[in-house]
Amino acid sequence: MISQSITATAIVLAKSAPRRRHRLPVTTTVGVALLALLILAAIAAPLLSGHNPETVETARVMGAPNALHPFGSDVLGRDVLSRVLFGLRVSLLVALSSVAVATLIAVPLGLIAGYFGGWLDSLISRSLDMLLVLPALLLAITLIAIVGPGSTVAALAIAIIYLPILARVMRTSTLVVSRQEYVLGSRSRGASAWRILSSHVAPNAIGPVIVQASVLSGFALQLEAALSFLGLGTQPPTPSLGGMLADGRDVLTQAPWVEIYPGLAIALAVVAFSLLGDGLRRALDPTGVAS
Amino acid sequence: MTASLALDGLSVGFPTGALGDPRIVSAVDGVSFTVASGEIFGLVGESGCGKSTLANAIMGLLPTSTIITGSARVHDAEVIGLSDAALRQMRGNTAAMVFQDASTSLDPTWPVGDQIAETIRAHQSVTRSEAKEKALALMTEVGLTDPSERYGDAPHRLSGGMRQRIVIAAALANNPKLLIADEPTTALDVTLQAQILQLIDRLRVAHNTAVLLITHDLGVIAQVCDRVGVMYAGQLVEVAPVAELFANPRHPYTRALLAARPGAQSGAERLAVIPGQVPDLSEEIAGCRFASRCPRRIDACAVTPARVSLGDSEVACWNLPTGGTE
Amino acid sequence: MNGLAFVLRRTLLTIPVLWVMSIIVFLIIRLVPGDPVRTMLGFRATAANVAEVRRQLHLDEPLLQQYLDWAGGLLHGDLGQDLVSKAPLAELLAQRLPVTFELTGLAMLLAIAVGVPLGVRAATGGRWVKRLTSGFVVAGISIPDFWLGIMLVLVFAGTLTLLPPSGYVPFGDDPMQNLSYMVLPVLTLATAEAAYILRTTRSAMESVLQRPFVTFLRAKGISRRRITYGHALKNSAPTIVTVIGIQIGVLLGGAVIVETLFALPGVGRLIVTAVNQRNYPTVQAGVLAIAATFIIVSLITDLFIGWLDPRISDGASR
Repeated sequence: MISQSITATAIVLAKSAPRRRHRLPVTTTVGVALLALLILAAIAAPLLSGHNPETVETARVMGAPNALHPFGSDVLGRDVLSRVLFGLRVSLLVALSSVAVATLIAVPLGLIAGYFGGWLDSLISRSLDMLLVLPALLLAITLIAIVGPGSTVAALAIAIIYLPILARVMRTSTLVVSRQEYVLGSRSRGASAWRILSSHVAPNAIGPVIVQASVLSGFALQLEAALSFLGLGTQPPTPSLGGMLADGRDVLTQAPWVEIYPGLAIALAVVAFSLLGDGLRRALDPTGVAS
Repeated sequence: MTASLALDGLSVGFPTGALGDPRIVSAVDGVSFTVASGEIFGLVGESGCGKSTLANAIMGLLPTSTIITGSARVHDAEVIGLSDAALRQMRGNTAAMVFQDASTSLDPTWPVGDQIAETIRAHQSVTRSEAKEKALALMTEVGLTDPSERYGDAPHRLSGGMRQRIVIAAALANNPKLLIADEPTTALDVTLQAQILQLIDRLRVAHNTAVLLITHDLGVIAQVCDRVGVMYAGQLVEVAPVAELFANPRHPYTRALLAARPGAQSGAERLAVIPGQVPDLSEEIAGCRFASRCPRRIDACAVTPARVSLGDSEVACWNLPTGGTE
Repeated sequence: MNGLAFVLRRTLLTIPVLWVMSIIVFLIIRLVPGDPVRTMLGFRATAANVAEVRRQLHLDEPLLQQYLDWAGGLLHGDLGQDLVSKAPLAELLAQRLPVTFELTGLAMLLAIAVGVPLGVRAATGGRWVKRLTSGFVVAGISIPDFWLGIMLVLVFAGTLTLLPPSGYVPFGDDPMQNLSYMVLPVLTLATAEAAYILRTTRSAMESVLQRPFVTFLRAKGISRRRITYGHALKNSAPTIVTVIGIQIGVLLGGAVIVETLFALPGVGRLIVTAVNQRNYPTVQAGVLAIAATFIIVSLITDLFIGWLDPRISDGASR
C-alpha cells in the first residue's frame, strides 16, 4: 500500500517536473531564512553584541532599552541583547547536538530493527519503548537529579528522550523501503546485508528521520530553555534563554524587556525549525512516515 | 411515457493546469440518452472514459469548481444547477447511487441497520422506531437472514456480499425512481456478482425503478441490461438494445471493444488490442475523439458526428461499416 | 461479550507496564552514572559521610534486595520518607496530587473544548478559517509555555490586575478563590495543547472526509452537518483521543514548569524543589506518581477508543 503510493507519488512528481519548476513554498523559505539568521546571530554574537553578556553595570540595573542597549538591561545591569545572543548560542548548540546524538544512535537501531525484524526488532523496539513510559520532561529531570545540572547533562537527557522517537521513525521508514523491488532484487542476487543496508536501504529510508529531526530540534531548544528555567540546565553565570526568563520573573512589571526578548528568541527558533521541517517533509517524506 | 432519467447534451469539465496556463479537462462531452422507469440501462467503457463522472454529475457529487452544462432530468425534474438543499432532497430520495466497494461505502463506526434507518429519517418524517422497523423490512427484502441480529453489527462483522446488500438497502430505502449503480459488483467474486446483479434486477422489477448500471464488464451488461450505451473519451458513441449491440455492433470503437474481449475471437491466440492511446482530454479535440485510433477515419471525422438511427441502434459515426464484425 | 474481553485484556496489560515503570524509576536513580549521594552531599563530603548516608538509604544493600523492599513498601502504600521534612511521602503526595490533577484536568478540558470545534471548522470551513487556525497552531506550538505564562502574568496580573499572579487556595476552602488562582496556570498549559488538538482534529477530519463512505452518505442525501458531526467526527474520534492520551503525558510534564512558575503546590513543584535539594527519595516518589497517573490515563483512553471504534475492540485490523 505505502510502497504503491510512494511509486505513485514518484510518477506524479516525474510527470509534473518538467512543466512546473521546483519551487519552495514561501513558508519554507521564511523558515530557512529565519533559521540562518538566528544561527548567524548566535555565531557572530561576540561581534554583534558590543557588550560582555556577563558584565555587571550597576548604573544600568533594570535600565530601559536605549540606543546603546536596544533590549535594555537586566536586574544586575547586564545587557539583555548580548545575553540573548549568547544564550541563543548555548541553546542552539544544546538543541542541535542533542538531536544529532539521538539521530546518530537512532538510525542504526531503527535500520537493524526494521530490516532484520524478528527478535532483534522486538528487543530494540521494546527496550526503546521503556524510555517512553515516563513523560519526556520528567525523564530529563530525573536524569539531571542524579547526575547534577548543566548544559551537557541537559543535552544528553534530551538526546535520550528523542532517541526512541527517531528510532521508531527510522524503523517504519526502513520497513517501507525494504519492501521495494530494488531491495528485494539485490537481496535475491545475494548481496550482503551490510551492502544492501548501506547502499540501498539507509540512503532511501533516511528522509523521514531528517524531517523528524528538524522538527525535534525546535522542541529540543524549547526543552533546554525549560530545564534552564527550572535551574536544571545551563548554569549561571553562563547566559541561557531559559535562565534569563527565570531571573527576570520577579521584576516582570518593572522591567518586562528582560522577559520579552529571550522568549521571543525561543519562539522564533521553534517556528524556524518547524517551518523547515514542513518544507523538508514535502521534499523528503511525501507519504508522511515521520508524522 | 416519462423517462426516469433524461440526459440532453450533458458535458462536464474539470478546471486544471497551472496559473497562467488554465486548461479544462473535458471529461464528459455532450452525452444524451434516456432511461425509462423499470429499465436497466448499461453504460460501458474503459476506465477514465467519463462514465463515473457522468453519474456523479447527475447526483451533484462533483466539486463546486466543476463546469457542468446541458441538462439532466430525473423523473422530469432538472437536477443540474440545483441548490445544495434541493440536491440533498433529491439524493437518496428520487435518485440513489451505490458505489463499487461496499466495504468502504459504509461508516465503519455505525451499526449497519442505523445506516439504513438514517437514510429513511433524512427523507421521511418517521419516528426512530418506525425507521428501524422499515430498515429491518428492507434488510429482509435484500435477502439478509436474521435482520434483527444483524441490525446492530458494525460493517466489519459482515461479509462483502452482505455489506453490498446493506448498501443497496440503504440506497433503495426511500423507493427512488432512479438507481445509479457504479461498478456495483467489481469488488466481489464471481458467484457473489451474479447474486447482487440478480438482487438489483429483482428490486428493479418490484419497485419499477430505473437503473443506470455503470461497468467496464461487458459480461455484466449482457447478463442484466435492457439497453446499453458505449462511451469513449467522454463521448457516447453508440446506444443499442443489448442483443443488438452484441449481434450488430455498429461503431468502430464498439467493434474494437467487443473484439478485445477474452474469448471473443475464435481461434485467435491473443486479445485484439486497439492501437494508439486515448487522447489527452485537456487538449481541445475537434470532432470524433476516437478518430485518432480509428481504422475507418475519414476527413469528415474532424467534425463531431451526429447520432443516426440504424435499426434499433443509434450511432455517432460518419463512416459506419456495413455488415457484421470484421 | 467481545467488548468485555477487550476491557479485561487491556486492563491486565497495564499491570506489567506499571511494574516495568517501577523498575525503570528504581533503576534510573541507581544505575545512571553519577552517585546520587555524592551529588546530594556535595564534593566536600567525606567518604564516611557518604557511607553513612548510603547505609541510611539502604543503598549499600544488593540491588534486588533494595528493589524488593521498595516495591513491597509501594504495595502497602509506603513510599518512604522525605529526606528534609521526614514526612511520609505517601502523605505528601496525597496533598500534592489533587493540585496537579486539577491543573492538568482543567487544562485538558479547556484544550479539548477549544481545539476540537476549531479543528472541525478548520477541516470544513473556508480559506480564512483555515488561515486563522493554522496561525493559531503555529503560534500555540512554538511559544514556550513558561514564557506564555510569564506574559499572561504581565498582562492580567501586572497591568490589568485582574487575577492573582501566583499562589494557591485549596478548592475545599474557597472554590472561587481557588479557580481565580487557577485561571492563568490553566491558560498557560492549555494553549499549546489546544493547538495540538486542533491540528490533530483538522488532519483526522480532512482524511475521513475524503473516504468513500462520505460520498455514499452524500449520495443518500444526509445533511452536511450530520455528515460532519455524526459521521466524520465519530470516525476521527479514535485518532483525536489517542493524541489526547499521549498529550496528557506532555501536560503532566508541563505541569512541572507551570506549577513552579505560579507557585502551585503540586507534585511537579515538589519534584523540582526536591531535585534542587538533592532530596531524591522524593524525586523518585513524585516521578513514580506522575508516571503511574500517565499509565492509568492511557488505559482509560485506550478503553474509550475501543468503545468508539468497534473494530479495535474486536481485534480487527484497521
